[in-house]
Formats: sequence, C-alpha cells, structure tokens
Amino acid sequence: MLQITGLTHSYGGDGLKVLDGLDLTVPDGQLVSIVGPSGCGKSTLLRCIAGLIQPTGGRLTLDGRPINGVPDDLAVVFQDYSRSLFPWLSVRDNVALPLRRRGKSRSERRAAAEEALESVGLHDAGRKYPWQLSGGMQQRVSIARALAYRPSLLLMDEPFGSVDAQTREDLEDLVLQVHRTEKMTILLVTHDIDESVYVGDRVVVLNRSPARVHADLPVGLPSVRDQIDTRGLPEFVQLRAEVGRLVRGGARVPGAAPVGAQPAGVAEAKGAGAKPAP
Amino acid sequence: MRILKALRGFVERAWLVALVFVLWEVVTRAVNETYFPPPTRIAQALHELWFSGPASSLFLTENATDDFSTSLTHLFIGWGAAGAAGVVLGAAIGRSQVLYDMASPVLEFLRAVPPPTLLPFFIIVFQLGSTMQIVTIAFGVVWPVLLNTCDGVRTVESLQLETARVFGVGRFRRLVTIILPGAAPKIFAGLRVALSFALILMVISELFGSTAGIGSELLGAQRSFELPRMWAGIVMLGILGFVFNAVFMLLERRLLAWHIGAQRLAT
Repeated sequence: MLQITGLTHSYGGDGLKVLDGLDLTVPDGQLVSIVGPSGCGKSTLLRCIAGLIQPTGGRLTLDGRPINGVPDDLAVVFQDYSRSLFPWLSVRDNVALPLRRRGKSRSERRAAAEEALESVGLHDAGRKYPWQLSGGMQQRVSIARALAYRPSLLLMDEPFGSVDAQTREDLEDLVLQVHRTEKMTILLVTHDIDESVYVGDRVVVLNRSPARVHADLPVGLPSVRDQIDTRGLPEFVQLRAEVGRLVRGGARVPGAAPVGAQPAGVAEAKGAGAKPAP
Repeated sequence: MRILKALRGFVERAWLVALVFVLWEVVTRAVNETYFPPPTRIAQALHELWFSGPASSLFLTENATDDFSTSLTHLFIGWGAAGAAGVVLGAAIGRSQVLYDMASPVLEFLRAVPPPTLLPFFIIVFQLGSTMQIVTIAFGVVWPVLLNTCDGVRTVESLQLETARVFGVGRFRRLVTIILPGAAPKIFAGLRVALSFALILMVISELFGSTAGIGSELLGAQRSFELPRMWAGIVMLGILGFVFNAVFMLLERRLLAWHIGAQRLAT
C-alpha cells in the first residue's frame, strides 16, 4: 500500500511550490489514474513516489516503509520512450538490463526478457534495436522492461502522450490486460480525461499548481473494458463529463456522481486506511 | 552491369586525382628543378627505400621494418596511453562537479600549450630516445580525448540516468553500460582527432636526434640533398595519415552503428 500524507514540494528551496499538502492512499492492486491540468505537478508527484526527488515536506510510505531513494520493487514507464530506452542495447538487453540485481543468471535474464516481450506482443523484436521500431512498439518495450522487473508498484508518466490515437488505444488495453494478469498496483498519470476514466479503477483529479487532491472518484465501470462499448456506456459518459469539469477547476456537483459510485473519495481512502498493512 | 556501374563511379571520382598527377609530372619534368622531383621519381625513391625487399618479408626492406616499426610503435603506444588516460580522467572529471570546476581552467590552459614547445623540456627530462618521443605524443594528444570524454559524460541524457536509477543499476554498471556508451560518439571523435595529431607529433619528435623512424629518414635525406627520398618520406606520411583515418572510420562505423542508425532516423 502506498500512503502519501501532506506531500509538499518546492523547486529550488523556497522557489516555485508545485505540490501543497497532497494526501493520497492507494491500496494494493488498484489502478489509479491521476489527472490534472498540464503543468499541475503530476510528474513531480510521480518523481517523489519514485524516489527520484526528495520532497521538501510530507510523508511517503510504501508498504509501511518510508520512501528514501528509489524503492526496490518499483518500476517507471516514462512518456519519452526514445530517451528512456538505451539505443546501444538491443531490445532484449534493454529489457534484461535491470534484472541483474534480481540475482538472475544471464540465461535466466534473457528468458525473462523474451517472456516479457512476448506478453506485450513483441516476440520477434528482441534482437532489433529500439530505434528500429515504431514509437508504439518502443513504448511496448518500456512496458516490457517494467514488467520483467516484476514491481509491486508501476508508475506510468503520461505513457501514451507521444503515440498516435490507434496505438494509444492498443496500449491502454495492454495496461488493462497487464493489470488484470499481474495484479500490480499501477499509478497512471495522464492529461487525457477519457483515458483516465477508461483505464482507471479510480480517478484522482489534481488542482492547478500547487497541486493537492481536488477530487477522488471511484470508477464504477465493469472491470473488463472495451474501447468501443465501454466508451459508449452512460456511466462512462457521465464520469468523463464530471472529471472534465473538475479538471477545468469546477467544484464537485454532488448530484452528478456516477451511477453506483460512492459519494466521495474520502470513503474510499478511509476504507483503505482501515485495512491492516501487509 | 554492376561492374560497369562501379567502374563508372570510380572513374567519376578518380579522374581529377589522375589529372593532378599527370600535370605534376609534366610540369616538374619541364621545369627540371632539383627541389621538385617528378612524382615518378618520388615513387621510385619510395620503392627503393622501403618496398624493394624480398617477397618473404612482404617486399619490405630492412629500412622499412626499422623505420616503420619504430615510428608506428611510438605512435600507437603514445596514442593508446593518451586514449586510456583521457577516457579515465575525462570520465572522472566529467562525473564530478567539484573536480570539473577545479580542473577545467587548468585543462583549458594545458590544452592551449602547443605540444611541440614542450619538446626541449621533455628532451632534458627523458633524454633523446623512445621515452621522450612517446611522452611527447601522449602529452600532445591526450587533450582532445580528455575534453571530449568530459563533455560526453556530462551530457548523457538525464532521462537515461534516471531510468538506470529507477531500475537499480549500480554505480559501476551505470558507468560501463550507460554513461560511457552514451558518451561514445564524442569519445570516438576525440580519439580520431588525437590519431591525426599523433602522426604529426611522431614526425616532429623524430626530427630530434633519432636514428630510426620515418621522420629521421626524412631529415637525413634532406641533409644529404637526396630530394626524391625526402619527398618519399613526405608522401609516405600522407599515405599513413589517410590509411589510419580510413581504418578508424571503419571501426567507428561498426562500433557506433547504433548511433548512426538512430541519427539517420531522427533527421
């Protein structure tokens, strides 16, 4: 379980305040979409969770342990796949690189890499180089690298921001499939309101910078989703409109809560907090 | 058809070279000036001096094995040592902000000192001979490698480094598998410049009190007024420089295939 209390961060000491007392609790196995206006501090939040930056205030714990530096079983998929993959390593070596610290032998690492590549639909790309693949395929390689690492928490920082619409839908479905089969906790940051509702078990809306949680909405959609059917459901349409309003800075309209959803995210957070930590 | 096409390509590129040679030959014969022997005489001298040996030693004369082995040994030891030192020091300085701030003014100064001016000093310290020559070469060519490595490791993609941190790649492995490969295009550019510098410094260092080597051969020929032989030395150095560069480019193209491929796609 990931617990964030009063997270505050300013760049350059007292400079620009990006996060201001943000609270968020994510129980194990949940897929949370984090959405907010661009430049609101979504990426800073992810970087704090990943231990890449030390926040200026607040507490972050993962499974009860405070986050101090990069946690062991955490993986990140960055938006900019072309700069986060290593062009001098083959696709398979890119995926296998982080596995060394898992104490595996060379052949085990290769086998794990091939398996992960297969699970994202890239069984015959292992010997190629990342730059020989299309953008969508490169992002699949990044996802495969994260999967092979077998993290308990996967962070995705606008992972589909630089691919075309069709590829984007394919990758969204890939994330849903991965979430179903691997049962890992996933935090997906996006500025796409449709995507946040389609992919998430829960949508967290952040304020304009400095960010805090503006609203926390459970997604009451069936867990098996379909690009055409799900997006046509009245619940989807309603929730998307609600999130859209919230992202634009509107307040929650109590009557507009989606069918079957709890009245507020507070209930969700409380319920999660009551669970004993594993 | 393909052979014909290749032949045409060759002719298109080589005709100017051939024309220059013919003109050179005609003009020098017409002028008949001792200081400017015609190219055929130079080729003849080149052949006599270095390439008229027995087939068993690949047609190399004793002179050739002596001169080339001395010169090239100095060149490659000097260049190799400078390359290794440049990469190690450059990586260390480039990865540490404190070291970089301290070292960069000193480096800029040392780099600005023309290496041949240090020859008299090196001659005093190391006496005439191989050590002095190798040190002259190494000291002169270390700078492009060092500064390029420094620059290369400082400008490694920050997202690649963050990715490595997220996936728990340790310090040493990060250096070997991410930072150095990322800096490799710049390191190789430095090594290539260093190689051509090394050839120049090899000749200069051989002009002082050495008895073997292409440079000393050149000086000896000049002193005994054997102008075709002197020219043969000059031509030989040109050929060596050309060959080194070509071989190095070939190597670079193989080792940095990923860089060339990625760049071609980016543009």
